[in-house]
Amino acid sequence: MRGATHARWAAGAAAVALAATACGGGGSDGDSGGGDSAAVLSSSWGDPQNPLEPANTNEVQGGKVLDMIFRSLKKYDPETGKAEDMLAEKIETSDSQNFTVTVKPGWTFSNGEKVTAKSFVDAWNYGASLKNNQKNAYFFGYIDGYDKVHPEDGGKQSADTLSGLKVTGERTFTVKLNQKFSTFPDTLGYPAYAPLPRAFFTDHAAWVKKPVGNGPYTIESYTKGSQMALKKRDDYPGEDKAQNGGVTLKVYTDNNTAYTDLMAGNLDLVDDVPASQLKNVQSDLGDRYINTPAGIIQTLAFPFYDAKWNKAGMEKVRTGLSMAINRDQITETIFQKTRTPATDWTSPVLGEEGGFKEGLCGDACAYKPDEAKKLIEEGGGLPGGQIKITYNADTGSHREWVDAVCNSINNALDNDKACVGNPIGTFADFRNQITDRKMPGPFRAGWQMDYPLIQNFLQPLYYTNASSNDGKWTNKDFDRLVNEANAETDTATAVEKFQEAEKVLRDAMGAIPLWYQNGSAGYSERLSDVKLNPFSVPVYNEIKVG
Amino acid sequence: MGRYVVRRLLQMIPVFVGSTLLIFLMVNVMGDPVAGLCGERQCDPATAAQLKREFGLDKPVWQQYLTYMGNVFTGDFGTAFNGQKVTELMSTAFPVTIRLTIVAILFEIVIGIVLGVVTGLRRGRPIDTAVLLLTLVVISVPTFVTGLLLQLLLGVEWGWIKPSVSTDATFDELIVPGLVLASVSLAYVTRLTRTSIAENRRSDYVRTAVAKGLPRRRVITRHLLRNSLIPVVTFIGTDIGALMGGAIVTERIFNIHGVGYQLYQGILRQNTQTVVGFVTVLVLVFLVANLLVDLLYAVLDPRIRYA
Amino acid sequence: MPEPLPQEPFKSGGGRAPEDGVIAATGMGGAMDLATSEGETLERGPGPGDGPSGRPRSLWSDAWRDLRRNPVFIISGLVILFLVVISLWPSLIASGNPLKCDLAKAQEGSQPGHPFGYDGQGCDVYTRTVYGARTSVTVGVCATLLVAILGSVLGGLAGFFGGFWDSFLSRITDIFFAIPVVLGGLVLLSVVTSSTVWPVIGFMVLLGWPQISRIARGSVITAKQNDYVQAARALGASNSRLLLRHITPNAVAPVIVVATIALGTYIALEATLSYLGVGLKPPTVSWGIDISAASAYIRNAPHMLLWPAGALALTVLAFIMLGDAVRDALDPKLR
Repeated sequence: MRGATHARWAAGAAAVALAATACGGGGSDGDSGGGDSAAVLSSSWGDPQNPLEPANTNEVQGGKVLDMIFRSLKKYDPETGKAEDMLAEKIETSDSQNFTVTVKPGWTFSNGEKVTAKSFVDAWNYGASLKNNQKNAYFFGYIDGYDKVHPEDGGKQSADTLSGLKVTGERTFTVKLNQKFSTFPDTLGYPAYAPLPRAFFTDHAAWVKKPVGNGPYTIESYTKGSQMALKKRDDYPGEDKAQNGGVTLKVYTDNNTAYTDLMAGNLDLVDDVPASQLKNVQSDLGDRYINTPAGIIQTLAFPFYDAKWNKAGMEKVRTGLSMAINRDQITETIFQKTRTPATDWTSPVLGEEGGFKEGLCGDACAYKPDEAKKLIEEGGGLPGGQIKITYNADTGSHREWVDAVCNSINNALDNDKACVGNPIGTFADFRNQITDRKMPGPFRAGWQMDYPLIQNFLQPLYYTNASSNDGKWTNKDFDRLVNEANAETDTATAVEKFQEAEKVLRDAMGAIPLWYQNGSAGYSERLSDVKLNPFSVPVYNEIKVG
Repeated sequence: MGRYVVRRLLQMIPVFVGSTLLIFLMVNVMGDPVAGLCGERQCDPATAAQLKREFGLDKPVWQQYLTYMGNVFTGDFGTAFNGQKVTELMSTAFPVTIRLTIVAILFEIVIGIVLGVVTGLRRGRPIDTAVLLLTLVVISVPTFVTGLLLQLLLGVEWGWIKPSVSTDATFDELIVPGLVLASVSLAYVTRLTRTSIAENRRSDYVRTAVAKGLPRRRVITRHLLRNSLIPVVTFIGTDIGALMGGAIVTERIFNIHGVGYQLYQGILRQNTQTVVGFVTVLVLVFLVANLLVDLLYAVLDPRIRYA
Repeated sequence: MPEPLPQEPFKSGGGRAPEDGVIAATGMGGAMDLATSEGETLERGPGPGDGPSGRPRSLWSDAWRDLRRNPVFIISGLVILFLVVISLWPSLIASGNPLKCDLAKAQEGSQPGHPFGYDGQGCDVYTRTVYGARTSVTVGVCATLLVAILGSVLGGLAGFFGGFWDSFLSRITDIFFAIPVVLGGLVLLSVVTSSTVWPVIGFMVLLGWPQISRIARGSVITAKQNDYVQAARALGASNSRLLLRHITPNAVAPVIVVATIALGTYIALEATLSYLGVGLKPPTVSWGIDISAASAYIRNAPHMLLWPAGALALTVLAFIMLGDAVRDALDPKLR
């Protein structure tokens, strides 16, 4: 298992690197800028956790593959993250609830089959249907008829297909939503919305063994649990053709080994440099190291279901804890500046107009040990005299920053046992204990954006009973402001409303923002044009070898 | 002899059932694996419930165990959460680990026994003391430290080897990992052989052989070594199972995709089917290796007869 | 009904078993006693080492006389004594607080007052190394004691009563022996939330006892055959009297020897578990935790690894050498 696999929630990550057309410097066939367009590069990988079905992949490692072998209606620009048309010729609506989608002509799957409206509708129906166990099924929850194909309350599934989806022509289909949702088309870059060939349905077992998609790469071979060879697809109809001959993804259990391999010239690309090696990247790699902002924020959530953490005055304790954390020092020493101290609850990749507001957190996120101590005392002290920061230990790097955060708190409070780390052996168990509401105190919460909108950083995490609101924080004012913002048609006003909601979150310190995470990658001398998209996945098709 | 083997085989059955049940229960204690499949998001309850049903996790443990074992006897070791058949994982993982184990065992046999014989014959001399100290140092440094040090020095600083092992995991790539894996056992084999040789050297039959005027080489190989190898063979035999299942650390350091890797991955994901499947095979290997060792006694020591 | 047993299944009573029983840090499934995997069906003619055996008192006094003159024993004994003392009173030689860390000093090398430098969190490596001794010694000693007690009782009973109980207990032993140790640790300890040393010790006992059990069984079987035991039995001594008065004193030597060696390996095992992320938890200070944390920084700050790893190696070395010396002393054939 690779270091940060679980640190990110990454459904969106996969679809992203569609790239090249917008910013990919030419991208047409002959113009490969000196690179050897037949050469293959090797890249670090982790064994995907779920079968490689589009609607079933919700972590970075499986997402990397889908990103290479699939293209959806929309794609997210690798620089800005903005959703742009890919396979969609046009998506029209007059009422923000009924959409007509027209698919571009000329697209094929790598087995030669045409991509049609039916390829999408069948795929979406498959993804939504409860009986197929697709873990991203909730992506289809806005489509009319979802409650029939995927009853949430444990009832029996009473339909196989979504009533809101209708094929109206070879290249057109209509989508009826169960509510108004004006930005629905922007969500269609997710891997869950990818089209699927007939072979997926007719011989599912064979497809899962060796998935077939419509992207710039095809899977040449797949050795379970150890490596996957992808090769460039020559008949790829899109403009973002691969600039290399292919990619070999090698599974690494430990990202330290991957980095060691990179140094020894045994591997071309590591997209997750271990924290312990960051000090050496300059001397090891020189300028072959990239460190770019990604839409990821790390926070500490609290168990609001526990009366100890939810009683009046505790907001002072939580704010005090936040002020006891020396973010500058930790991001510098432990993370070597691959993290930026957080001053709000969003991410710099949103940009000012997208809703990122530097300093929104104000003093509450500044390191003020004396004030921190005072606030915690005013709020009644730490519950039980000690806090335990819970995290999963199987992914390596968390231990280091949790220990550092605890040391920072201990030093501020002048009590060497005020804060201790509480490692949980496996991610699965960590999630279990969160679901079962067993967190004894603050716990690690990481969020990777699905799409670059402020809404995505707030609603799923802090809205009452939202799916990733692991701390079960609830606040009427916050919910009201989010609702108002969602109803707003003017983006600027909506963003303002969201930021007001964010201030409510700040005053109650519903979660302590720690830092914004960057994507960091190192590569060998053979490669050029390496970059990471805002989801911190390498833009493989743009990489040139040689 | 035949009756003895049959009896041993019969006795394996309860041990096999017990060990697999034990590991089954242990993995079960780890709790619900489904929660970890949905990323940092709560699984939607309907899908979670259905996944549990499909993996049979909603049944009582004893029933899960019976179903699982029933399937195993028909050759179905189940499916990992990512849709890969456990038998498929085994077919890629076991050949790698078997090669690694062979390399490790060869190190144990060749270096361990040679050093053991040399030190056993030269008890108390400087070389004996030096080797003895060396083995103690090897035993007292944790394997992962040895492994990481060798990887850094040989793989990066000096560039003698590749720091990790490729998917093919050929024998030459496995030399250093094999040495790391074998290091502790190697030290034991050396010490075991040394003691055994030193002890048997003074036995009557060796004295007789020497008195008969047999050449020294012949005395050592035909008489002394053969008799001294019994405890060594026992150790190596039981070590096979331990090496195959215990390579978790070595395989992680050198990124070898063998049994240890699959077990580690399976445990992190609480993948009962993978873990129990691999352990089931390991238990079989352990039991068969034990039986073979006992049968080997008869070859090495003609005084042993099996009734 | 006693099964047909060889007069002396072990060539040298206490001498052979210990070496066979040593365990490997990569997998405790290390070894089993010669012939005891299926002792009751082994038949062996008179061996070269057969002779009048049973020197109940002189064995121990001889051993002690030997040990007192053995420099290896004296040195390792002194090291262990030192370790025990600093485990009990670490502040004797370290005035700092192992939990007081200043990130600004992370990874800094040796400097006045801080001879071993600082670790990745800016904690004083010297203080942590001294305080870590307590945990490691506790884990080693407690795990060994419990393993030795459980293993000798079960193994001893199996060997003494033979027959059904022997088969039954031996199969149980096999069951636990067949589980690879590191694997068992990963599974069992990954769900543990307690930050004390007890879960780690408990796991070591659970999967460690078969090793001692086999050795205890073997040596009890040997002791049982001795003439004086047969004589006592003939005189009508009860089972408990036979076990306590006659058999235990003669069967305990190999157990002690293997236990001493196992102690070292348990300490090393704790570090391996930490490396795999399932070992002891903070705020416990242990060498294992520090070594595994430092192993990632091996290139930048080798001093972080060197000191705790050196301390661990020295401790393991001391216990193994002690066990070695005791073994040699107890083995009349090597005298």
